[in-house]
Amino acid sequence: MEVRGTVHRYGSNVDTDVIIPARYLNTSSHEELAKHCMEDIDPGFASTVNHGDIIVAEDNFGCGSSREHAPIAIKASGVSCVIAKSFARIFYRNAINIGLPILECPEAVGAMENGDVVTIDFDTGTIHNDSKGTSFQATPFPPFILDIIRAGGLINSIKEKK
Amino acid sequence: MGMTMTQKILADKAGLDRVSAGQLIKVKLDLVLGNDITSPVAINEFDKGGFDHVFDKNKIALVMDHFTPNKDIKAAEQCVQCRKFAGHMGITNFYDVGQMGIEHVLLPEKGLVVAGDCIIGADSHTCTYGALGAFSTGVGSTDMAVGMATGEAWFKVPSALRFNLTGTLPAHVGGKDVILHIIGEIGVDGALYQSMEFTGPGIASLSMDDRLCMANMAIEAGAKNGIFPVDEITIDYMTQRSGRSFKIYEADKDADYAQTYEIDLSRLQPTVAFPHLPENAKTLEEINGMDEKIYIDQVVIGSCTNGRISDMAQAAALFKGKKVAAGVRTIIIPGSQEVYRQCITKGFLEIFIDAGCVVSTPTCGPCLGGHMGILASNEKCVATTNRNFVGRMGHVDSEVYLAGPAVAAASAIAGYITGPKEASSWK
Repeated sequence: MEVRGTVHRYGSNVDTDVIIPARYLNTSSHEELAKHCMEDIDPGFASTVNHGDIIVAEDNFGCGSSREHAPIAIKASGVSCVIAKSFARIFYRNAINIGLPILECPEAVGAMENGDVVTIDFDTGTIHNDSKGTSFQATPFPPFILDIIRAGGLINSIKEKK
Repeated sequence: MGMTMTQKILADKAGLDRVSAGQLIKVKLDLVLGNDITSPVAINEFDKGGFDHVFDKNKIALVMDHFTPNKDIKAAEQCVQCRKFAGHMGITNFYDVGQMGIEHVLLPEKGLVVAGDCIIGADSHTCTYGALGAFSTGVGSTDMAVGMATGEAWFKVPSALRFNLTGTLPAHVGGKDVILHIIGEIGVDGALYQSMEFTGPGIASLSMDDRLCMANMAIEAGAKNGIFPVDEITIDYMTQRSGRSFKIYEADKDADYAQTYEIDLSRLQPTVAFPHLPENAKTLEEINGMDEKIYIDQVVIGSCTNGRISDMAQAAALFKGKKVAAGVRTIIIPGSQEVYRQCITKGFLEIFIDAGCVVSTPTCGPCLGGHMGILASNEKCVATTNRNFVGRMGHVDSEVYLAGPAVAAASAIAGYITGPKEASSWK
């Protein structure tokens, strides 16, 4: 399972309030949430993001609220993967549960700039920066998590097994 | 090597003799919680999964507290969805306007959470119930959906940081000041994936409200949970409110802590977290030493962190016979109907209104920038809430300063950030 896209680069402690501000939590519509994704940290994000693009951030990405609307907004925007030095724990759980691939790889984060084109192989955990010709190795997902991501989330994977 | 208090609860709930940090386990749940924002997403997932009943209609709590009384049509529709689901599933602990309070004020007060429980909630501040000696943690809506359907959740067993509390708090210093000090020390990811276990003789001097406030903000250090040992104060609190039996767990004497922090409560001061992270903690002494006063436009006293009766009492003691400064909108939000009623019977409501404050029905409202006190650009607010992220209470160019109720009330009267000791010299 491979994805390729352009990097949108952010700093540390990107919280769920800037990923999807609470004023938009009066809906659970994925399309509506996507329209306001990253609005309070990067107002142009929703209009510039392309299908397959990749979010890259420093430490503690997704800190704050438990709102699943945050990874939902990112996934519904077309983002194929989030790479960070570290993730807040509820965000990490939520992202996997809804089938949004996320990788912790401090080395790769340090070597990526806004606009770089990156290819990621989830089976091997390889992150290749096509713009710079560099490669990095993240810990690949264990099979049960890869199953959840392939199925498009935990609920779908439970349904498939029923 | 022994187990931490958290690990002992998790081992028991997983049906195992022992667990160790990093181990993946599946545990039985005593309560699954959701609110009017997270439950709709969970109900959608529940339906998508094809589930037709909940694991136990008495072990689910749905609290309509975030955007209620309904702030707009979409918020109203979300509550309709929750109301229908609760009715259809026969959920007994459904709290709507009139009965509801802010979830983490309400559940302990109603006796729905007790020591030894294992609780998940689709709200990050679910970690509050660790104050009662329970394992309790925030999750997302999918985990809530699966929890409602199966009564189970999977966890990676956390390692723990130990905070050994000694001494007693000085006057006008409370649980909020302690936890802001700690987050200032360790940072917003200082306890990432870990438990924060509070121990030591200093705990005996902390009220239940202080402990609930401290456990509530464990998530602001990135923690999976915060937890307090069970003592006479906890037992009194639980037996007055709950008919449920409880179980007391204690950390092993040789429990393995990743790190131990020594906190002398007697040395702590009123503390304020500056924008835009809860780790930006400054003592009042540092603030008083700044070149310029920080003038404010709004004060909010309430929330799942500081919306309890002792918080209201601290605010009332300062507001009594005083007026809020011109231009400072002061919004007081008792955390539950019970807290609201006590504010009436104790005469606090009259004090607040005479001082020029507005008193709201329970709601999370302004804390997350929902309603009931949204900030315009460049406005500043002192709030007893738990987060001061960019745009948290409104415009991205507004600022939130986190503090306890005493600092918030003193600042409302002064018009700038100041403390209760300074206020005592005012006429």
